[in-house]
Amino acid sequence: MTIEAHGPVAVATTRKAAPWVFYLCLGLLGLAVVAAVLADWLAPYDPSATDFSALYQQPSAAHWFGTDQLGRDILSRVIHGARPSLLGAIALLAFATAVGVLIGTVAAWKRGWVDTLLARVTDVMFAFPGLLFVVLVIAVFDRGPATAVIGMGLAFAPVIAKFTRSIALEEMARPYVDAYRLQGVGSVELCVRCVLPNLFPTLIGYLVVLFGEGLMSLAALNFLGFGAQPPSSEWGLMVQEGRGGVIQGIVGPALIPGLVIAVVVVATNVVGVRLSDKLAVKA
Amino acid sequence: MTTALLRRFGGLVLTLVISSFVIFAGMYAAPGDPVTFLIGNPENLTPDKIAAVRAEYHLDEPLWTQYARWATGVLHGDLGQSMYYQQPVSDLLSSRLPMTLTLVAMATVLFVVIGVGLGALAALRRGSALDSVVTGFTTFVNSVPNFVIGLVLVAVFAVQLRWFPVAGDGAGLTDRLYHLTLPAIALALGSIALISRVTRQTMTEQQTLDHVEAARSYGLTTRQIVVRHVLRNSLGPVVTMCGLVMAGMLAGTVVIESVFGLNGVGKLLVDAINTHDFPVVQAILLYMVIGYMVVTVAVDLAYPLLDPRTMARSDRS
Repeated sequence: MTIEAHGPVAVATTRKAAPWVFYLCLGLLGLAVVAAVLADWLAPYDPSATDFSALYQQPSAAHWFGTDQLGRDILSRVIHGARPSLLGAIALLAFATAVGVLIGTVAAWKRGWVDTLLARVTDVMFAFPGLLFVVLVIAVFDRGPATAVIGMGLAFAPVIAKFTRSIALEEMARPYVDAYRLQGVGSVELCVRCVLPNLFPTLIGYLVVLFGEGLMSLAALNFLGFGAQPPSSEWGLMVQEGRGGVIQGIVGPALIPGLVIAVVVVATNVVGVRLSDKLAVKA
Repeated sequence: MTTALLRRFGGLVLTLVISSFVIFAGMYAAPGDPVTFLIGNPENLTPDKIAAVRAEYHLDEPLWTQYARWATGVLHGDLGQSMYYQQPVSDLLSSRLPMTLTLVAMATVLFVVIGVGLGALAALRRGSALDSVVTGFTTFVNSVPNFVIGLVLVAVFAVQLRWFPVAGDGAGLTDRLYHLTLPAIALALGSIALISRVTRQTMTEQQTLDHVEAARSYGLTTRQIVVRHVLRNSLGPVVTMCGLVMAGMLAGTVVIESVFGLNGVGKLLVDAINTHDFPVVQAILLYMVIGYMVVTVAVDLAYPLLDPRTMARSDRS
């Protein structure tokens, strides 16, 4: 472990995870995706079916994770919750990437006043700390899953734009870009066909790590009641609905979905860091 | 130095003006007429009444005039009138602010002391089991949403062990601090990970530098080297990070206040959004943006004091 001192330290520590940890995390993520896709077949119960004779049941053979305050099966709800939770984070990241990569590439390509203007815009975005920008978007356009995703996407876009700009600047300094330019290849074509594909390997690892953060932020919004609405079993919303039980000493309905969020986030972080290592080596 | 200061200040004012306009214009553009929320009872929605309410709240004026009116008011300390509570917004804010600021202050003390402490420990015992435990713990904590951490704390320390109250604000200073202990821990835990990582990294970098080697060859004790040279030289990045995290917390209390049922600014914001109380939303967003920017600028200005080398560098350029 003494080799560690040579590299950048913080990076080295998170990267020395054993291979089995990586495969375990990959497996957990796969499980979450399978749950999201096959929810209708996998879930033992209807996630919204209430059973007032079985409120707040402890885990049992019939209900592996127990039931919540309305007698709904928590396992089924968690399985069905995978879809809105994961899809939300994917949509948020897709939107943020589209906006961020566009801004970042244009800024790196054009430089000059375009770059300055875009830097100003991202500065203003950065002036809204954390969830605040999303809260503004939600206050304006009312709550709902779409607003939450778009608002959060706008909040994530500046980070991605800054990152893209920095790697795009490096890429554009390479000789092949000048070579293409001398051959008369147009700016847009050159960016889309040559530069962007070369940026993707670096970008993907970064995006996977951001995915965990996005999932967590989105869950926080849903916890506040600004995103998905009942009867959805999105994980953040489940935590909020289970909050009442915690005070009575019944922790399952709130903490099981909370734990699931945590596991998925840890798994994406491990996978993302490993992935960006591998992809960076290739590039 | 003066020009740098002026430029920094100018940038601050510019960003502030733009942000305030974004906030105001956002509320202006919001679909749904605030008049309907103001009047409430649909039976009273007569054209005369609507016109009267519009005139009363200056909703009939163009955007620029409204913004100018609002901005002048804000500069004079008048944040407008809450549409829901029928109270001046500044009264609402000032009754909720102490709670939120106390919470942020407590969390800041916690994450600075514990975060820097853990980071320093990990840096000094690098490669040891302690280092792995600290890194592992902080990485894990960083991946758990803070509302889940908050609920775990409630379940364990408030419901099971009954050491702390489940919810509520508390009256008087000691009682308030007692009530805010769990929320402050929940708020601070995520940041402890970040701060300890930054501390560990900068301190490890410092330890490998020549001047530390020189100090060691002079025969200074490890303690002296760490306190006077390693820690002292690591202060810049660490303080910057602490400042940024604290600034972010001014807005980050929204979720934690909701978990613990605290009546702070964050709760007020959530309520105001749910009741379409736009003047309150505007004022709180503005407060949070200003708070965030003031702290970040303060950190920026403090940096040369902690690390005089940066001042020399900026003078030369």
